Amino acid sequence: MADLKLTDVKKSFGNVAVLHGIDLDIKHGEFVVLVGASGCGKSTLLRLIAGLDEITSGSMEIGGEEVNGIAPAKRGIAMVFQSYALYPHMSVFKNMAFGLKVTGSDKASIQKKVEQAAKTLGIDHLLKRLPRELSGGQRQRVAIGRAIVRDPKVFLFDEPLSNLDAALRVQTRVEIGKLHKELGATIVYVTHDQVEAMTLGDKIVVMNAGRIEQCGTPLQLYQHPQTLFVAGFIGSPKMNFIEGIVKHISEDCLVLTLSDGTITKAYVDSSGCNLDDVVTFGIRPEHLTEDSSADVSLLATVTLVEQLGEASYLYLTLADGTEMVMRTSGESTTIIGEQVEVGFNPESGHVFDADGGALTRLRAGNTKSVAELAQIKAQLSN
Amino acid sequence: MKIRHDRAKALMVHAVLLTYTLIALFPIWVVIINAFKSRKAIFNDPLALPTADTFSIVGFEEVLLRSEFDVFFSNSMIVTLTSIFFVLLFGAMIAWALTEYKFKGNLLIAVLVAMGIMIPIRLGTVSILQLMSDLNLVNTLTALVLVYIAQGLPLAVYILSEFIRQIPKDLKEAARCDGVGEIKIFFAIIVPLIKPAMATVAVFTMIPIWNDLWFPLILAPSEGNQTITLGVQQFIGQFVTDWNSVLAALTLAILPILVLYLIFSRQLIRGLTSGAVK
Ligand SMILES: Nc1ncnc2c1ncn2[C@@H]1O[C@H](COP(=O)(O)OP(=O)(O)OP(=O)(O)O)[C@@H](O)[C@H]1O
Ligand SMILES: [Mg+2]
Repeated sequence: MADLKLTDVKKSFGNVAVLHGIDLDIKHGEFVVLVGASGCGKSTLLRLIAGLDEITSGSMEIGGEEVNGIAPAKRGIAMVFQSYALYPHMSVFKNMAFGLKVTGSDKASIQKKVEQAAKTLGIDHLLKRLPRELSGGQRQRVAIGRAIVRDPKVFLFDEPLSNLDAALRVQTRVEIGKLHKELGATIVYVTHDQVEAMTLGDKIVVMNAGRIEQCGTPLQLYQHPQTLFVAGFIGSPKMNFIEGIVKHISEDCLVLTLSDGTITKAYVDSSGCNLDDVVTFGIRPEHLTEDSSADVSLLATVTLVEQLGEASYLYLTLADGTEMVMRTSGESTTIIGEQVEVGFNPESGHVFDADGGALTRLRAGNTKSVAELAQIKAQLSN
Repeated sequence: MKIRHDRAKALMVHAVLLTYTLIALFPIWVVIINAFKSRKAIFNDPLALPTADTFSIVGFEEVLLRSEFDVFFSNSMIVTLTSIFFVLLFGAMIAWALTEYKFKGNLLIAVLVAMGIMIPIRLGTVSILQLMSDLNLVNTLTALVLVYIAQGLPLAVYILSEFIRQIPKDLKEAARCDGVGEIKIFFAIIVPLIKPAMATVAVFTMIPIWNDLWFPLILAPSEGNQTITLGVQQFIGQFVTDWNSVLAALTLAILPILVLYLIFSRQLIRGLTSGAVK
């Protein structure tokens, strides 16, 4: 078993504190995706898990064993670097075999393992080539292969697909997903790509400035972001935020006056609210429609239209100057400068208090937690 | 317009380089052509090519048959190759340690190395001679090798550090994750990647050692331990100089260094074209 448990892990470089206390529990076989703005400490966290940097305080366990101060090689981890970090003077075969060779495996078993991994990754015809004779995607696969052959307890990926072009990225993403199912290994994966995070992760960890902001299944984060930061970070284009004032409170909903004067309900837990509180109302671009018969509608001016083909993004300005984005069908004929009525269903709204914390949504899709999903998976496999 | 300008510039650069090459090669050329002429012809017209009349290899005969040329030659080879080997080995190790690890005294060692580049080792000749005689190493090739290692190390460390710094950090860390020990990382990853730099260092180190007259004269002047530059001196007498032999010996002395240079320079060119990490 390769559970990974971080307890209050802190890291400083000299006087600069980078991680301010990370608690993270990763179960065996889980695919955990770390996301967060550039510089928030994702790579640092990964390097700490790998043992390439020492943690400043806190404790870290891999498979129930404390690994503070243990060398990377002895932790049973394998890391795939963004730059691939293939040994340039060794053939693909040697690249993959090197780690096994120095740790003293016998020749026959090395040969077998490398060939098997190469076959899994579809690079068995490239074994004799040097890294510089490979394409980016092939190098990427060699880097993954080098990790696989060592049979690690935990795989660490640091933005492994960021050097690939869009098509190859999708293909490799799918392959990594498949690989995870095949190997059943624990994976910690850093990415900037929303789609990668949503599709690959069993669990997504959103980091912000050295702290974990929220941790949950992709849908949980999408439907129940606990903070403004997470709400803005998950989803693309990002969620629209409109300032609002609480005008009426009932048991299962609030009535808000938005900054442009529109009145809307919001189905959230209202227990902590007072009348006239200033809150932030959030609505995702994909939950806005050009349908004036919707429950609530906002009057807005179109300032820019981005046509993607299957959909179009309309950039809107409300009467009070608040800017918004909406996703509409690709067939929409709306043009710049037009006044549109933008409707939405209040059930898809989010409300955040003055501190940026979310009020619990009462009518959002019923998402299951990571633990519940794991339980269901376990039942299915029995 | 632009192209013409570039071409003019290239022409200028080449003209300068060519002139320099000609100046540098001229003495060597004179040595080689005169080595194949009779003594009289050397003095009559030093710049003329050997003709059927003036052609003579008496100098080579003299050198090869009547002196211990083979001993001088092998001494020079041993001293040069051993020194290069250790300069490269220790130089790369020091460079790796200084750039990769933080330890007490790191800065001190770096400063000492830098001083080694600035202060010519010959200033210390007297103390070196004293040291060698205390160690009972006077008149041995070992003494020469030790001095040449010391002489070559600073520049080697300096050049190799620069190259080692350019090796991506990820590469070493990937190896560490792979369970490769530090010593193995050095020999299996760092050394192969800085080979071109090591070839450069080898060339820089080799030439002054091969040509050196000073330390062989002071530390190992006895029969049997003379290097080629020192051995040639026996033909230069106070009253008569056997120019044929001197020139022949010098011509022969060029050969091995030329071969070594060719070996290293192939490495150099291969290194330059071997492609980056990504
Ligand atoms: N060796 C170091 N010394 C000092 N500061 C460092 C060091 N490594 C990282 N940092 C700092 O730690 C912070 C987090 O860096 P990190 O590389 O973990 O960010 P990241 O989340 O991976 O960003 P990105 O998405 O751009 O890769 C940054 O502010 C960085 O400047
Ligand atoms: Mg990073």
